[in-house]
Amino acid sequence: MVPLSKLGAGEIGLVSKLNGGRRMVSRLAALGFTPDAEVIMVQNFGHGPLIVNVRDTRIALGRGEAGKIGVVKKEAS
Amino acid sequence: MSIDSSSDKTITVALTGQPNVGKSTVFNVLTGLNQHVGNWPGKTIAQKVGTYSHNGVTVSIVDLPGTYSLSANSPEELIAREYIIREKPDVVAVILNAAALERNLYLLAELLALPSPVVVGLNMVDVADHEGIKVEPKVLAAALGVPVVPMVASKNQGLDDLVAAIAGLSSGELPYTPKVPRIRPEHREVLAELCALCEEHVPQPYPAEWVAIKLLEGDSEITKMMEAHLPDKVWQKVHDILLAHEDAVIDVAGGRYEWVGRMTRAALVRPGVGQVTFTDRLDRAATHPWWGMLLLAGVLGLIFGLTYTIGAPLQELLDTYVIGGLSDLAGVLLSSAPEWLLGLVVDGILGGAGMVITFLPILVIFFAAMGLLEDMGYMARAAYVMDRFMHLMGLHGKSFMPLFLGFGCNVPAVVGARIIESRRARLLTILLAPLVPCTARMVVVAFLTPIFFGAAAPLVSWGLILMSLLVLAVSGVILNKVLFKGERAAFIMELPLYHLPNGHTIGLLVWQRTLEFLKKAGTIILIISVMVWALSVLPYGDVESSLLAGLGRLLAPVGGLMGLDWRMMVALLTSFVAKENTIASLGILFGGQGAQLADSLSGVLTPAAGLAFLVVQMLFIPCVGTVAAIKQETEGWKWTWFSLIFLLLLSFAAGIGVYQLARLAGL
Repeated sequence: MVPLSKLGAGEIGLVSKLNGGRRMVSRLAALGFTPDAEVIMVQNFGHGPLIVNVRDTRIALGRGEAGKIGVVKKEAS
Repeated sequence: MSIDSSSDKTITVALTGQPNVGKSTVFNVLTGLNQHVGNWPGKTIAQKVGTYSHNGVTVSIVDLPGTYSLSANSPEELIAREYIIREKPDVVAVILNAAALERNLYLLAELLALPSPVVVGLNMVDVADHEGIKVEPKVLAAALGVPVVPMVASKNQGLDDLVAAIAGLSSGELPYTPKVPRIRPEHREVLAELCALCEEHVPQPYPAEWVAIKLLEGDSEITKMMEAHLPDKVWQKVHDILLAHEDAVIDVAGGRYEWVGRMTRAALVRPGVGQVTFTDRLDRAATHPWWGMLLLAGVLGLIFGLTYTIGAPLQELLDTYVIGGLSDLAGVLLSSAPEWLLGLVVDGILGGAGMVITFLPILVIFFAAMGLLEDMGYMARAAYVMDRFMHLMGLHGKSFMPLFLGFGCNVPAVVGARIIESRRARLLTILLAPLVPCTARMVVVAFLTPIFFGAAAPLVSWGLILMSLLVLAVSGVILNKVLFKGERAAFIMELPLYHLPNGHTIGLLVWQRTLEFLKKAGTIILIISVMVWALSVLPYGDVESSLLAGLGRLLAPVGGLMGLDWRMMVALLTSFVAKENTIASLGILFGGQGAQLADSLSGVLTPAAGLAFLVVQMLFIPCVGTVAAIKQETEGWKWTWFSLIFLLLLSFAAGIGVYQLARLAGL
């Protein structure tokens, strides 16, 4: 498992864990970050905020927030 | 039809949906101008209510705030669910974005757990089509067991069908057999246990099972409510169960998404992987750290350009013809009236009203530009690009939008801070908003800089703007450290798909925001304007011996440190009503206007003192309209006073510092 913020652009991860306060977890879960949901990294420059695609929606996340989402990297098939 | 067209039957519809689904377009098309904008009781969140009639039935439609879910994560979500539970609308119409169906259906999963029947408006079918996403409304309706109406609200397609479905659902003519999502099997037992414990004690009108689910989700409001209603012994049991299932919130949400997956399995066809959409292509530039900044700078430059090429001349025309004309008219009509009455009307009332009216063109341009960018989906990108910078102040990208509005006028900047979820970040944005140089301040700068600096005036003006923004940034860093201990708000924001803007939606938005500004700022500005006028003539009828001058003389020692005499301090004080009042006051105090005033000013003030005055003017306490907005948005006087004192100290300190430094430099 790696933090979502470690995925490079184009890489896909499956959500495996949400850390952080209850309110943030609840917000993230409502937006579609639930266990096994597919998250595609759209933009990640290694610093600053990043953009992911989850359940057909582009979501901008702060680096800190992305670091609290644990994902399992999905190998390209 | 069973409906008697002569009866005046009324039904109530609650309109819900996630953000960025075109909900306000639906509301606007349905109600036209038959709508009323107010605030939810005790909240600073806009409440829109409207009516339309259909087959002799009057339909009262309440536009609930856009929310992703019905948890207690934000005041908006609380308002939406409390309204549906307490007011029991006859029908809940949920607008879904067909291009992000899964996530949108999450809200439906929550709505179906509440008692009111739900009709689905499947909106933005055209946008979904464009992205290669196909949704079968009939298949979806069959799976959900609720009516589904495909629509393109921005092109007025499908709204008649939505209206018909609402009527059919409220009269019971349409079948309604919703497949309510159930909690995951591993949590069914504990849910039943919670239900049994709470059932007798759940206050009306909350559904017991819904309360139990919210408890399991760790919902703060419902937990508080049940702690108050349950006998201590029972609460202890409930509390123990909840502690043992602390992670249930993710499972409950996961369960809802599994239900969504089942509902869409047959109805949704997605594009193949790797298809590059229109939004993807645009975003490559718009969200790029460098290209994005460049694009944003261009967009902002364009808005400023528009403001100054169209707004400023219009402002002058209004000032000359409308306010000037009214003043002349008052002069003629009141020629035989006592002098104080003329003063009250011309300087007090027309002075205040003049500010409000002459600022309308600039505000309208700003509101329209913002509305356009918001409606197209660009605003979220601007926030994303700016997030890096806002971060330094403990804010995030979303604060950029209201702060930018501040360049037009600080009032909408303060009000606009509502879009920020976290109270802490909202408060900080409100405290910083008055440091954005508004157009009124720039009017003063534009008048005074040539007097003191001649050809270097444009350079000095830009320097003053940069100084303001620098002070804003530094204040942000410091206030965040001191007041909020460097805490940082979470940045989680949807980037909606780009789409063509809808003129109707933007027009209504501009109209409503302008009206709101007129109502709120207008009345207060008028009252304070009259009060300041009274202070400037009482007790003997002239400014030099007035109460205001007394106040100015009281401040003279502070002014001395900046090279400013009491008249400059009075001019500063009158800028409290409206920033450009500074020029009018200087005119009265030094006698003369325009070139004449410029001559006497350059004779009295050294460039160093002039610069100090401009610096103070830029950072001084905001105008009364902004103060009123701060009080309203921070819900009290505490932060209003904090803001006033903070800015007063800040501006004087900066003024003194600049004057002393400039003198050392030989200015």
